[in-house]
Amino acid sequence: MNSADIPVIRKIIQRNKRWDLIFAIAGFLALLLGVLTFLALFVQMAYTGWERLTPEFFTNFPSRRAAQAGILSAWVGSLLVMLVTALSAVPLGVAAGIYLEEYASKNLVTDIIEINVTNLAGVPSIVYGLLALGVFVYGFGFGQSILSAGLTLGLLILPVVIVATREAIRSIPLHIREAAYGLGATRWQVTRDHIVPYSLPGILTGVIIGMSRAIGETAPIITIGALTFIAFLPASPVGPEFPWLSFEWLKSGFTVMPIQMFNWTSRPEEAFQQNAAAAGFILVLMTLAMNATAIWIRYHVRKDIKW
Amino acid sequence: MVSSTTMRMSDQREDQATPQALSNTAGFRSLRSHGVVARVETAPVKAAVEDFSFYYGDFKALKSISLPVHEKRVTALIGPSGCGKSTLLRAFNRMHDLYPGNRYEGAIRLHPDNTNLLSPGVDPIEVRMRIGMVFQKPNPFPKSIYENVAYGLRIRGEGNRSVLDDRVKEALQGAALWSEVEHRLHDPATALSGGQQQRLCIARCLATNPEVLLFDEPTSALDPIATASIEDLIHELRDKVTILIVTHNMQQAARVSDYTAYMYLGELMEFGETSQIFVNPTRKETEDYITGRFG
Repeated sequence: MNSADIPVIRKIIQRNKRWDLIFAIAGFLALLLGVLTFLALFVQMAYTGWERLTPEFFTNFPSRRAAQAGILSAWVGSLLVMLVTALSAVPLGVAAGIYLEEYASKNLVTDIIEINVTNLAGVPSIVYGLLALGVFVYGFGFGQSILSAGLTLGLLILPVVIVATREAIRSIPLHIREAAYGLGATRWQVTRDHIVPYSLPGILTGVIIGMSRAIGETAPIITIGALTFIAFLPASPVGPEFPWLSFEWLKSGFTVMPIQMFNWTSRPEEAFQQNAAAAGFILVLMTLAMNATAIWIRYHVRKDIKW
Repeated sequence: MVSSTTMRMSDQREDQATPQALSNTAGFRSLRSHGVVARVETAPVKAAVEDFSFYYGDFKALKSISLPVHEKRVTALIGPSGCGKSTLLRAFNRMHDLYPGNRYEGAIRLHPDNTNLLSPGVDPIEVRMRIGMVFQKPNPFPKSIYENVAYGLRIRGEGNRSVLDDRVKEALQGAALWSEVEHRLHDPATALSGGQQQRLCIARCLATNPEVLLFDEPTSALDPIATASIEDLIHELRDKVTILIVTHNMQQAARVSDYTAYMYLGELMEFGETSQIFVNPTRKETEDYITGRFG
């Protein structure tokens, strides 16, 4: 190459770089669309509901008078339903994921199971509601209770937990596994001492992302018959007498945040719209807090696990 | 000058061979029947590979290998990439059992109990408890230095803290790592340098007193200084444990081993004392590989 070619080369570079610029702009606009839409919704809700965000809003039951209505039964209901969801989906999902990755031999049956699990993640949530109505509410006789709702949402996020568990396990390098097996560890010892601890951050992240999806779910909860007007709290899980733990609350009727919100938005009075906006703001904050936890886990727990 | 001395020494050793030693060393007879010149050493045979073939699915990766591994000696497996040396090494602790579609034929007998390591009746976990392995890439667990070394003892049910402390210290001393880590035993193992990590992996194996220690290209991911420290360590360990090492570095094989096996395309081409293989190889192929004309 001689120096006379340099202008030509510069021209080529300039032309090639034009596409860099075009993509950078297009990508930024796409990003902006998502961020701005969310921000607009969030700010709108905060603005509309701001004056309703008083301490009483969290400690009052719903009321016919908008100014006295609160979200006490809704946030307690959401919390308890999420508890049942986590307690049912996490052990089942993690166990299934570990089994599929570590124990199951790779054959046609496990391939079919794998496809099924992936497809389950795409089933509309209302279908889970219908299933739960038949199985949990009537079949097992759990009724329109926190237990039914928690198990329904547990089913809903089960595929998410399974997929997250498998991804986390797959990211453990082969040579770490071989090191453990090479010392004479059994499959269970490898799973207990290595696979589970090293994949825990990934599993937890998946669980929380699943939960933050579940907390906003309305359709399946309505299907199984959540009530929209609840002016009582479920029985306390801790009692004064032996065995100090009570499971009465599982059978209690309930409402959750998105249903409370839905109920208020369907009222004609302007004041209830404010309540709905305030409840929506709190619900988004709950979801954001969960996602923040997931991010925190990713950064702080994962930093101890390097290969 | 140096090489001719070595040659004479090895010749003398060959002269000392006795018929008893010959018959004691199982696996030698089959070696001779394959036309490979067998050299007899006074060290007893710790493990004997007998007519061993290995298949990855339908692909025959190893073809009727017979080879003695002498007790408390270092045996090196050398050969070009894809010759099957790592495959052979990994058969010694049944690593191939972890993956589907692999099949063994023949035997690897571990003495003195004459257990065939490859027999379907022998639990691979039992084999791995007797035979330790150090891998190509240092692979400490993302746990503390202490827990890495203690892990082999823990899975054997050892829970006594003072026993664990003693054995961890012993193993780290044995791997020439103790002085570097004694004040930070509970720091993460991944914070160590590559060479230290590899010595930690050796300590992890030593903690459970394996009968045989397998090294699968243990220095290929390390810099020259770390490599030298690992080689020094192998030198020290040969008095305590039987060592089998795969290396693609011929100088390393010459430096650390007592015996060398040259493999090519899944076959054992030549086996003998390292001094003989490097100075006076019997086969033309071995000579070509060693002198760098091929491979």
